[in-house]
Amino acid sequence: MSAWVQLKGLDFNYGSVCALRGIDLRIAPGERVALIGANGCGKSTLLRVLDGILRPSAGSIVRDVRMRQALVFQRPFALRASVLFNVALAPWLRGLRWRAAREQAREALGRVGLEALALRNARALSGGQLQRVAFARAWALRPDVLLLDEPTASLDPHAKREVEALMADFASSGMTLVFASHNLGQVKRLATRVVYLEQGRVLADLPVQTFFNGPLGQTSREAELFVKGELG
Amino acid sequence: MNTFQESLARALQLVAQGDAALFEIVARSLSVSGVACIGACIFGLALGGWLGVARFPARGAVVTVLNTFLAIPSVVVGLVVYLLLSRSGPFGFLGWLFSFKAMVAAQVLLVLPVCTALTRQVVEDAERANGEQLQSLGAGGVLRSLLLAFDQRYALVTVLLACFGRAISEVGAVMIVGGNIEGFTRVMTTAIALETSKGDLPLALALGLILLTVVLGLNAGIALIARWRGAHAEGLALAGASA
Repeated sequence: MSAWVQLKGLDFNYGSVCALRGIDLRIAPGERVALIGANGCGKSTLLRVLDGILRPSAGSIVRDVRMRQALVFQRPFALRASVLFNVALAPWLRGLRWRAAREQAREALGRVGLEALALRNARALSGGQLQRVAFARAWALRPDVLLLDEPTASLDPHAKREVEALMADFASSGMTLVFASHNLGQVKRLATRVVYLEQGRVLADLPVQTFFNGPLGQTSREAELFVKGELG
Repeated sequence: MNTFQESLARALQLVAQGDAALFEIVARSLSVSGVACIGACIFGLALGGWLGVARFPARGAVVTVLNTFLAIPSVVVGLVVYLLLSRSGPFGFLGWLFSFKAMVAAQVLLVLPVCTALTRQVVEDAERANGEQLQSLGAGGVLRSLLLAFDQRYALVTVLLACFGRAISEVGAVMIVGGNIEGFTRVMTTAIALETSKGDLPLALALGLILLTVVLGLNAGIALIARWRGAHAEGLALAGASA
């Protein structure tokens, strides 16, 4: 199977701080990959490198340019403007005419169940609603790959369920999903593969069943402790 | 010699009677500073917005120089503009010295660094907080600075008011390049300086009162915007919580 992205020996440094070291990773279309690990292990940095907003310090990254990706952040940003404007902005920035972008935005808002709030000021939304706007903004880009940086981390249980349902809905449409999460239940429900990061390195890269049920072996002892809740 | 109370009473009388000479000076002051602010803020907003998102090797030095210009004395700006516009200066051929245009030019140079530096700070803070999300959506540097400036528009209105306050209350630059010519380049601040030295305290006080009122109006405007923004943000938070 051809890969959406292939990383070889990839490093990323924030000044003198090494955030990612020697990452080798290959993600195929349709996979649902969960990035897990303790805070500061490099999950968010890896997502930003995959999205292309951060350039690796060393190593290589090869993306299938025919596939489009969108990144949803943990705390989505909305301009002081209407929800519709905020969603339409995404396809407009990728080159669509404003009228077509607005149509695409309306359709995307319908997909996340927020069409009734289209003309509301985006700053007046709750955290869960704002996260759904971020999903609509991503959906309006018609992406083949959706990157999610702890999308339910700062939400209440109800909003968490709503957002997780959206993730499952997007995944069921065949979209490639790469998400960072601390919620192991969510990882079990949504992922087909788990990548465990520790201090910027990939310590385990396994199918979800194997990661949670099988013996992880000596090299993944840290991952085993993390799963047991004794780490991170 | 007039007492302070007598001068103040006479000053209030001049204002109440709508003294023509007084209000001609006020109108000239407002137009010089207004035109200067419009000119300076067009460039200042654009330059500050760009500096807020741009990354280049000498950026730190540029920002340091810009911040230094925030504290430049107005008489120094006046001196530089005087040298540039004087007959032997590079722009002497324009014949602008001791004219309305010269005063506008001096105030543009005075206000431009203020507008640029404050805009840069506002946009840079917004870029640090949210720039990568716009970048992820596909916004390049110029679009990011425009979108972040749009998002921070209320903060930028405060910047514009602060710039006008700086322009209308300065005396050194317009005194040097305008010459304080009666009926031609005399503005509130230069008139106050002159009338005080002549001992005509009522007119100086009347002008001072109007200048204070203008500055007070600006500060009230800034406070109202800040208050409205606070109430607006609180209302939005409550609306979001109840939704």
